[in-house]
Amino acid sequence: MDRRIVITGAGWVTPLGHDLESAWKRMLEGQCAVAPTTLFDAKTFPSAFTAEVRNFSLDDFVQKNVEAHREGSRNARFALAAAVMAWRYAGLDSDLGLDPTRVGVYLGGGEGPINFQPFADAAVVGCRNDQGQATPLDAPRWAQNALQMLDATCELEQDPNMAGAHLAVHFGAEGPNLNTLTACAASTQAIGEATHIIRYGDADVMISGGTHSMIHPLGVTGFSRLTALSTRNDSPQTASRPFDRTRDGFVLGEGAGILVLEELEHARARSANILAEIVGFGSTADAFRITDIHEDGRGGVAAMEAALKSAQLSPGDIDYISAHGTGTEENDKIETLAIRKVFGDHAKNVAISSIKSMIGHLIAAAGAVELITCLLAIRDGVVPPTINYENPDPNCDLDYVPNHARKMPVRACLSNSFGFGGQNDTVIVKALED
Amino acid sequence: MAGKRRVVVTGLGVATPIGLGIETFWDALVQRQSGLRRIQTFDPSGQPSQIAGELPDFSLRDFIPKGYRKSVKVMSRDIEIAVACAYHAVTDAGLKTKCVVERGEAQGEPNIDSRRFGANIGAGLICADLTELAGALNTAVDEQDRFSLTHWGTEGMSNLTPLWLLKFLPNMLACHVTIVHDAQALSNTITCAEASSHLAIGEAFRTIARGDVDVSVCGGAESKINPMSMARPQLWNRLTTDDNDNPETASRPFGAKRRGMVAAEGGGLVILEALDHAKARGARIYAEMVGFGAAADVHSWSKPDPAGRGMSLALKNALADAGTTKASIDLVTPFGTATIEHDAAEMTAWNDAFGAKLAEISALTTRGSVGNNGAGAGAIDFAATVMALYRNTIPPSFNTGDLDADCDFRFVQNDPVDAKISQAVSLGYALAGRQSGALVIRKFEE
Repeated sequence: MDRRIVITGAGWVTPLGHDLESAWKRMLEGQCAVAPTTLFDAKTFPSAFTAEVRNFSLDDFVQKNVEAHREGSRNARFALAAAVMAWRYAGLDSDLGLDPTRVGVYLGGGEGPINFQPFADAAVVGCRNDQGQATPLDAPRWAQNALQMLDATCELEQDPNMAGAHLAVHFGAEGPNLNTLTACAASTQAIGEATHIIRYGDADVMISGGTHSMIHPLGVTGFSRLTALSTRNDSPQTASRPFDRTRDGFVLGEGAGILVLEELEHARARSANILAEIVGFGSTADAFRITDIHEDGRGGVAAMEAALKSAQLSPGDIDYISAHGTGTEENDKIETLAIRKVFGDHAKNVAISSIKSMIGHLIAAAGAVELITCLLAIRDGVVPPTINYENPDPNCDLDYVPNHARKMPVRACLSNSFGFGGQNDTVIVKALED
Repeated sequence: MAGKRRVVVTGLGVATPIGLGIETFWDALVQRQSGLRRIQTFDPSGQPSQIAGELPDFSLRDFIPKGYRKSVKVMSRDIEIAVACAYHAVTDAGLKTKCVVERGEAQGEPNIDSRRFGANIGAGLICADLTELAGALNTAVDEQDRFSLTHWGTEGMSNLTPLWLLKFLPNMLACHVTIVHDAQALSNTITCAEASSHLAIGEAFRTIARGDVDVSVCGGAESKINPMSMARPQLWNRLTTDDNDNPETASRPFGAKRRGMVAAEGGGLVILEALDHAKARGARIYAEMVGFGAAADVHSWSKPDPAGRGMSLALKNALADAGTTKASIDLVTPFGTATIEHDAAEMTAWNDAFGAKLAEISALTTRGSVGNNGAGAGAIDFAATVMALYRNTIPPSFNTGDLDADCDFRFVQNDPVDAKISQAVSLGYALAGRQSGALVIRKFEE
């Protein structure tokens, strides 16, 4: 008999708050966290708004060694807070005598935000000759200055594996520790693979999810140059509008979502509160183009089909889909097409929403935060809305739970994450049944 | 685990400072070549460490179909290395992928089902092209000649090419490789610094064993040869700065006089394949994958645990997974960063896992020849380990003549040694982050 994997804890740091229940309540109310960017001066940027995490202090979550953890990147701090929340939810904060070698970490952690100001200053100095005139980069001049201007800790903490390393130390988790960075699909992939680590038997408990902030000048620049971001600067609150005909791109968010995954018998032995079972995972590559999604939704279809197959579920068993739903023209159209292909006649009956309409796109962390809403939907019998949905798009003709949360029984949910470069990941969770 | 499929290694592709392609690399290793030299890619004066392991010149056109040439301009160096490795790996494995067919190097249809062909490629923190980015940033200065975000937003950022970001996303290594070779199944990108390759190969091993894919192109690639990626480890005093005049012998893994690592570029991708799939197409089998173990230090996230706990646990987990013991291991491949503290912790870890037995086992390290290739380093080590096992030959470990008094590794010094190797273990770990992965391979028998 295969080992079964359940979720016993969840925590998040989101633009709508860093408390599991209150942020969930705000989502169900359809609140929107998008506003003009404050983390840096973005006033002249093509897209001058984001969904930022506000009033966050690591000290509210971590006491032990907090001075040192505070030196972690924004990603590491978000992940620590979310993990502490999840650990507590799982009832693991009291000493239960867990074997630390059987506890692992699998994150979809992004690269840490660049320490931009000294980097930019060093770049400018490196592009000057002795007379102060502009030149192409002078590598020796740059190096001499950069090594004085850059901060060692900030540079080290940018490595994408560092958030998971902070978690290992904080929780004493000596088991397998991995970080995947498959762009916007990363945390869904991490959770899917972490499930396999427990199923195989390499761990009994995995701390898994994702964390990311790209709200820094180069992050926003990168997406702006790709013309992926909404430029609705006159109305940030309505800028993130997945599946709406007038959508014009995604809104960058930030945060972390962390789950505690646990082998079922391990969870039962300690009478843990079980949120749901992870029953399906599918991961594929479009292998098509670096910039475009395959026009038939080939990779997304294959990922959803693989997840359903591993879950031994049929499309009719799925009550709710947490869509990738970025609010770009291409994603929402092709995701809808892919859902139609996989779900056939049932596509019209399944509730689909994108919480990116409220908290923006958390990039590597998006999938984990979205999967947590699936757990809470199962727990509470209510699914979150897609807000800012006003204008139906003939290419997006499914039930997106427009503007208002919906009370409904939810047993099984499918969560999609699609990343730049044709990366597709789908996870299915289901209310635990014997 | 019931129903677990056997997995074998059928292809090796490497890009290293001592050669591209597994045969060239192996010959250079046997001949004790060093790939370390004064940096030629950019002017390194101004950097405390001015030496590195740079790859021999190569042309990407040799590794991609003609129709893909336009995509080369959106490849960072790390992506180029991965694409080069992938070509070497699939051709070494005799796989007729889409790329091989489109290049006219094989007749007929691909002999691999794209929907059963996956990828798991380790990647580093890919550095932006500093010349391009600094040049753009320098167009956004205010009246005081200082960088200004206001100017950057209005006009500066438009100096970057629209696809700029796509050069630097870590999963773009796998993205390009899966497009070029048409691998549409499970794709993953492990980003755990120097541990990435071992963890990626281990994860790929699991995806095949459990039946999600039949074939996986896996390993890692990275380049640290740019001003920013050189500066980062220097801020942590990890690079040797005493060896600018003697680059060839600057990397001294486990050496009594080790002074730090030598930055390098390179990588390796290997083909792992379900045994039944390999047999059905008559593939050459280098070795069987039998064990994977992963673990982490909990002592610190930035510095090694002096007790080497995470690395030791990864080794023990891998041996247990392989259903074997240290007594049955004939070759060990430690990582050997060549910094004082990392090597000390690694020696302690191996001693903890292998005890007195360690001094009786032959050992191999490539670090003296190729430097620290970041996320690609472990795959180079793994490929060397596979070759040693396959050829029953332990190559010399260049520049290990003067070892630390505490070092129990039995490296070969001069001529390669013939030895029957039935099982071997290779270890990788992240210098910062402290993730570890270990892999066990076994000589293939029916």
